[in-house]
Amino acid sequence: MGRESVLARVRQALGRRPEPAPVPPPLATSLSTPKSDSAPQVLAELFAKNLESLAGKCVAVKEISQVAPLVASLLAGKTGVASNAAFLGECGITGLPNVQSGFTDREALRAACATADAGITSADYALADTGTLVMLSSQEEARLISLLPPSHIAVFPRARLLSGLDELLEKLPLPADQSSAMVLITGPSRTADIEQILVRGVHGPGEVQAIIVG
Amino acid sequence: METNIQQTVADPKLQLAIYTATGRLKDKRSESVGPDALPQYQELRNRANLLKRHAIENLDLYLEQFAANVEAHGGKVIFCDDGTQVADFVLGLAKERGARLIVKSKSMTTEEIDLNERLEHHQLESVETDLGEYILQLAHERPYHIVAPALHKTRYDVADIFTRRLGVEREEAIEKQTMLARRVLREKFLSADIGITGANFLVADSGAVVVVENEGNARLSMSVPKIHIVIAGIEKVIPRAQDLAVFLKLLARSATGQPLSVYTSFVSGPRRPGEIDGPDEFYVVLLDNGRTKLLADPEKRQSLFCIRCGACLNACPVYRKIGGHNYPWIYSGPIGAIITPQFHGFSEAGWLPFASSLCGACGEVCPVKIEIPKVLLALRREVNAAKPKSWEYRAFQVWAWVMRHPRGYQFLSRLAPRGAMQSLLPVRNVPPLAPKSFRQLWAEREKAKQARHGA
Repeated sequence: MGRESVLARVRQALGRRPEPAPVPPPLATSLSTPKSDSAPQVLAELFAKNLESLAGKCVAVKEISQVAPLVASLLAGKTGVASNAAFLGECGITGLPNVQSGFTDREALRAACATADAGITSADYALADTGTLVMLSSQEEARLISLLPPSHIAVFPRARLLSGLDELLEKLPLPADQSSAMVLITGPSRTADIEQILVRGVHGPGEVQAIIVG
Repeated sequence: METNIQQTVADPKLQLAIYTATGRLKDKRSESVGPDALPQYQELRNRANLLKRHAIENLDLYLEQFAANVEAHGGKVIFCDDGTQVADFVLGLAKERGARLIVKSKSMTTEEIDLNERLEHHQLESVETDLGEYILQLAHERPYHIVAPALHKTRYDVADIFTRRLGVEREEAIEKQTMLARRVLREKFLSADIGITGANFLVADSGAVVVVENEGNARLSMSVPKIHIVIAGIEKVIPRAQDLAVFLKLLARSATGQPLSVYTSFVSGPRRPGEIDGPDEFYVVLLDNGRTKLLADPEKRQSLFCIRCGACLNACPVYRKIGGHNYPWIYSGPIGAIITPQFHGFSEAGWLPFASSLCGACGEVCPVKIEIPKVLLALRREVNAAKPKSWEYRAFQVWAWVMRHPRGYQFLSRLAPRGAMQSLLPVRNVPPLAPKSFRQLWAEREKAKQARHGA
């Protein structure tokens, strides 16, 4: 059993000598991708269009002061758990009634997320050409806030918009150096496992609302 | 087997279900890779093929790099020869940690080794959490399709299964059935001790595992329990995180026509200091289970490039007629037809490469350009070479000898008029033979010519 027996079989199947050869240089991935228009306004519109095509929602606001009232109206009295992202504090979201925040203990966070109506996070990046939120797990962003509650609200500055996956991987060639978990969220959770009929919110949030600031 | 195929073909409800589901997936795929939607599609396929070939041809090196990087991030890597070793590892860990409940997200690799059954023998509850897989686990069935495991089940079947197995009131509305599953499974997620997932990619330069899904059950499986175990085939390794720019653009489009699946998780090791949640322990189980047998053949090793998108199933006229359960193993469709005989040998699966019209549709839609028809032909050759020679083969050998030896031919052709042909072929009308053969006529003509010249 174990590493040596599997690796020995692999080497034998490939016809290698017992001593491994040096790692060959990897193939380049750069393709003749047409350069997208990366003006922030264009990216924001494209992001909104793509997220909305997946039944997500997107609002853009100019001023940071507009965010807290907007989130309050979206919550409409329901409960929320906000992440520890500094930007949410700047927006005044952590001060809203019915919003819990500041969790550092896993069990307490899990219990809060399991009963909250909405999870409120920021996003490290957003990908315009697919309507995707990119979140890296950290002390600011927990994994469960964007996962357990039935609704997910993500608030982020416009400057975090990227054109797409290529730009993300150019910027973050080694995501594992930053965090133990990076997740790309593209619209609400969905399934079509029964008769190919689309149902949203099967395990993750059935509603995804993005708020672009600036 | 034959009677089962006949039953499937004769069942109009099942035929409609298979045809509609695969048809819809097929249309969505072709729309999403069309020249307007993805102009670089062919370039991406070529690149994906090169990357996979490169990774497979250097598999030992990338596996070592992957394992070293997982360990650098605080995870552990366990290499296993077969399913028994995987089950032993999971059981051992569960016992040590006092675990009782496992939540599992969809993984063909664990289906391959019957992991759930092996665990249940030891009173360890292992719950499938993908909606389709959950329905099938309750019904004690195998997946019908690589990406749409329960495509043969109607809402009425699901209502029957839920009522019988969960003791709930009968519910025939699909949305309500889905929400019922959400409630039941949410309880499981919150009390599970271990989460098991598969992997779509193992990223060597990062020591990371990439899992792609739409429901969120894989994210829950790897985020809620304190222990995350990944079980993946050794062929899943790719060189670099940046290569995902190629593979992710192809995978979801080929599978369901989505530009990206809802959730793409990129996880490397247990939670790090400061991170609020995530597992405390992270294990990657790398499974051989016969993959190195495929690797040994330079022509057929491309079978290991497969990224399990299911596009070849939807394109295949045979799969669309006989469905997923008539294939001898959990991998169905054209990809099943090429890998099953290589894993399980010809006595069990030697008929599979012949159950194809060689129309080539599978090869055309494959996002990593596996030459499935070519591999099918190679397998046909091998199956035939391994078989004891049939009487037909012997007869043609005799015929070939006769045709190469004029005297033998002459001798036998003299026997033919005596009814030999007619008795050999009783069901056909053999036209009456000419009274004299060509050779006889020729010889006579030459003789007459010589006689004239002589005179």
